[in-house]
Amino acid sequence: MTPRDPGSRNPDDPGNPGAQGAHAPGTRSTQDPGPHAPGAPGLGSRALVMARIRRALADVPRAETPGEVPVERTYHRVHGDRGSAETVDLLAEHLADYRAIVHRADTPDHTGAPEAPGAPGAPSLPALIARLLADRGATSVAVPPGLPASWLSDVPDAVRRVPDAAELTPHDLDAVSSVVTACAVAIAETGTVVLDAAPDQGRRHITLVPDHHICVIRVPDQVVGSVPEALERLDPARPLTWISGPSATSDIELDRVEGVHGPRTLEVILVGPQTAGRS
Amino acid sequence: MNAPHQATYLGMPAFPTAADASTRNTQLRANLRHATHTIRAKRASAVAELDDWSRLRAAGAAIKDRTLRHLDHYLERLESAVTAAGGHVHWAADADEANRIVTELVRATGEREVVKVKSMATQEIGLNNALATAGITAYETDLAELIVQLGDDLPSHILVPAIHRNRGEIRDIFAAKMAQWGRPAPEGLTDAPADLAEAARLHLREKFLNAKVGISGANFMVAETGTLVVVESEGNGRMCLTLPETLISVVGIEKIVPTFQDLEVFLQLLPRSSTAERMNPYTSTWTGTTDADGPSTFHLVLLDNGRTDTLADTVGRQALRCIRCSACLNVCPVYERAGGHAYGSAYPGPIGAILTPQLRGTQSEVDASLPYASSLCGACYEVCPVAIDIPEVLVHLRERVVEGGPASVRGTRAVIKPAKGHAAERAAMRAARWALDHPLVLRTGQRLASRTRRFHPRRLPGPGRAWSDTRELPSVPEESFRDWWQRTRGGSRTEGRKTT
Amino acid sequence: MRVALFITCVNDTLYPRTGQAVVTLLERLGVEVGFPDGQSCCGQPQFNTGYRHQTEPLLLRYARAFRDYEYVVTPSGSCAAMVRDNYPRMGAKAAAEGRGQELAEAAAEAVPKTYELTEFLTDVLKVTDVGAYYPHTVTYHPTCHGLRMLRLGDRPRSLLAAVRGLNLVELPGAEECCGFGGTFAVKNAAVSAAMGADKARNITATGAEAVCTLDNSCQMHIGGTLARQGSTVRPIHLAEILASTEGDVW
Repeated sequence: MTPRDPGSRNPDDPGNPGAQGAHAPGTRSTQDPGPHAPGAPGLGSRALVMARIRRALADVPRAETPGEVPVERTYHRVHGDRGSAETVDLLAEHLADYRAIVHRADTPDHTGAPEAPGAPGAPSLPALIARLLADRGATSVAVPPGLPASWLSDVPDAVRRVPDAAELTPHDLDAVSSVVTACAVAIAETGTVVLDAAPDQGRRHITLVPDHHICVIRVPDQVVGSVPEALERLDPARPLTWISGPSATSDIELDRVEGVHGPRTLEVILVGPQTAGRS
Repeated sequence: MNAPHQATYLGMPAFPTAADASTRNTQLRANLRHATHTIRAKRASAVAELDDWSRLRAAGAAIKDRTLRHLDHYLERLESAVTAAGGHVHWAADADEANRIVTELVRATGEREVVKVKSMATQEIGLNNALATAGITAYETDLAELIVQLGDDLPSHILVPAIHRNRGEIRDIFAAKMAQWGRPAPEGLTDAPADLAEAARLHLREKFLNAKVGISGANFMVAETGTLVVVESEGNGRMCLTLPETLISVVGIEKIVPTFQDLEVFLQLLPRSSTAERMNPYTSTWTGTTDADGPSTFHLVLLDNGRTDTLADTVGRQALRCIRCSACLNVCPVYERAGGHAYGSAYPGPIGAILTPQLRGTQSEVDASLPYASSLCGACYEVCPVAIDIPEVLVHLRERVVEGGPASVRGTRAVIKPAKGHAAERAAMRAARWALDHPLVLRTGQRLASRTRRFHPRRLPGPGRAWSDTRELPSVPEESFRDWWQRTRGGSRTEGRKTT
Repeated sequence: MRVALFITCVNDTLYPRTGQAVVTLLERLGVEVGFPDGQSCCGQPQFNTGYRHQTEPLLLRYARAFRDYEYVVTPSGSCAAMVRDNYPRMGAKAAAEGRGQELAEAAAEAVPKTYELTEFLTDVLKVTDVGAYYPHTVTYHPTCHGLRMLRLGDRPRSLLAAVRGLNLVELPGAEECCGFGGTFAVKNAAVSAAMGADKARNITATGAEAVCTLDNSCQMHIGGTLARQGSTVRPIHLAEILASTEGDVW
């Protein structure tokens, strides 16, 4: 094991503060000038912290690369062995566990097998959305720019559509009753829907300020089993919002109470070909 | 509105003194007992759902170890990724510098009010007081932090800063104090948790809608992508991260994970360990800024403040794996009885007992007492989702307290002196070791004790009172085992019967 | 099989009956037990208070005292854990401090041969029914180091379950520390006493006649607290229950 000197282990690295002359390798080995030393303040502290880190890691062999520190990923990619219908059922169960209200609808543009075998009475998506908004007494609904127009086709004109526009202020949104969006992916094991601000979901604030969120999940395609499977589908460059039930707090006596700042009512619609045997 | 200065941890007494008072507070004891016992069973069942928990835990520890061993490399990657995504990165070597940077950033916006997401790093550096000194009011928006702020109180738990308050006390604080900070509590507020949550919703709504500057911490920072992650429950985090024009995040340098994929481990470990949920209600991730969605300006303040000193200790380093879940607090019998304030820092409980003396050093009386604030029962290690061997680090730090030795102090290698007040103990330990290393001396002492057994007092004077005030002393037997063996076996291994 | 008893300083001085019970039990099971006189304390009180360097002579003494034995059996979970968990750490630290391999080698010699009593019975002798008879209602407090450091698991319970006449009752909050913690009991006396008081109340509430542990240091704390509370529950070490038979009641 070779103890490292206070210089960088990555001498080829352009960010190496050794190159900025704060601590040339082998010199002034243990003197730390402190954060308030003269010089450019931000740059000074960057170099200072980096030099401290390199001194602190004197026990790490110089030649060791990050990848050489072993990380065994022997944990499961997904827990349990389920078919896609069972995964959707598990999602529904886990969403409900944390007080999301779960509905099922037949896909409006579903061109597959004969109509809803074994799931008599599954409404169409537009009819269901219209009913949920009506039951809520919604007078206005925020609409992401890319939401399929058909989804709101049964909603009466009296319910004002509020497009997700750039000039929409938080105060404007505070006056909006409900919001209807799609999602990017849903996770069965945890009862989570993930929004990634795609056009059918809109900007983050429209699903935050209104008190009632109707989120449509296309099943089974958008449903994955586990957190690892969800991350594979997501783009970190997009702002992501993971939602598992309505907002909640455990801050009073570590007892869970649903409904604080985010939408207090989360309704989830699982839309897709309905199959038999579901609850 | 000018915020009053909040209470601080400065000048707190040593742990035993503070705990002596808190253990007598029956209301506090009842509140803590109820809350910690409620969450313990829930955590156990949330964890039991995953049959690969031990493997996730090992992976979590390994990912953090990889990060820590190459922290310089990952910080550089993070900095370039955040910058490339439109963020601004600042470096703060200590609390004062971090506070100064944040204050200047807020001033530059022209705003005098900010909304805050619960953040351990900003509690650690005392940001709210620093902002108040500069005439800037910081509104805490997490329900428990709000309770603490309105009550002019200090957090006593990592996850639930107001765990020491029960519903009745919270109702009284809301009724008395909300009006001073903004929208008053509703008339006739009850102590039902749902009503209290509703009062907080109404009180904070106007703050969120008007906020121009938000301040947060972060649970994770992804080096590869520059993505920050905030894990929360109430939606106050989403409000602060989404609605303001400017977002300032103050994050400890150890909060890095190397890759976006690594989140798959921590997003399973953290919620189940923390709130005992399969997943917390809201997790927000953001990478720099996004056009017309969320804040248009993003500042990341990377905080050292003793973390590099912790990193320099090859035993104590593991404390930097901590993901602030608070499972160790909830399971700790000492925390349950002493309460969080006795730990004298933003980090209470077992993790605080090893983190605080490393971040701040062991020179003050309270910091030197923290490594001893444990019976070493090991419950904390057992529940830790990143396998921090807290008892090992506690004992390691006890050595630093009583023996001194090499340590990193504000980035400089130093040999520190033993903490004050251990001279008598050190002499006693040396004497005991000498006697124990000389079995004949030990035997003589045992025989003396046996011979005088009828005269032993039931209560001891001086330091012995610490025992005998609450516990009977064991009676000394007529003969030691050693003498019994000698008498019955004659020092050789022969058949013998017990002779009691 | 060369088996030595490591009595531990607390048992030697204050609880000789426990050592006598171990000897009686093991001899009944056909094991010849030795007691090397050079043994002393494992050093746990010093080590856990931060005096690692004061502990080092005791590590060397331990290794030396038991050099001639294949097995070292001790009726103390915490002393066994001290040897098994902390002796190797002490050796590694001394080596890292440039003080050679002596401690590390002594630790490597001591660790594999050291067994807590219930481990020795179930893992080495492979017995759970030791022929004991103890006609009393007993509750069991698993002490922390046995539970979480040695991971004794079901061993103590399976031994208790095989004792004739014994009625085992569950202890609420059994896995919570009694609050002893060595010097913790005096350095943080208020918290220690509060933990002990809760533990003692739970024990009394079971209605048991006796509370059984694997560690007399914890027992000293629990017993002292029970007595101060006026409880009649009797603390007893597992070894004494296992030594007891119809013809020789302990």
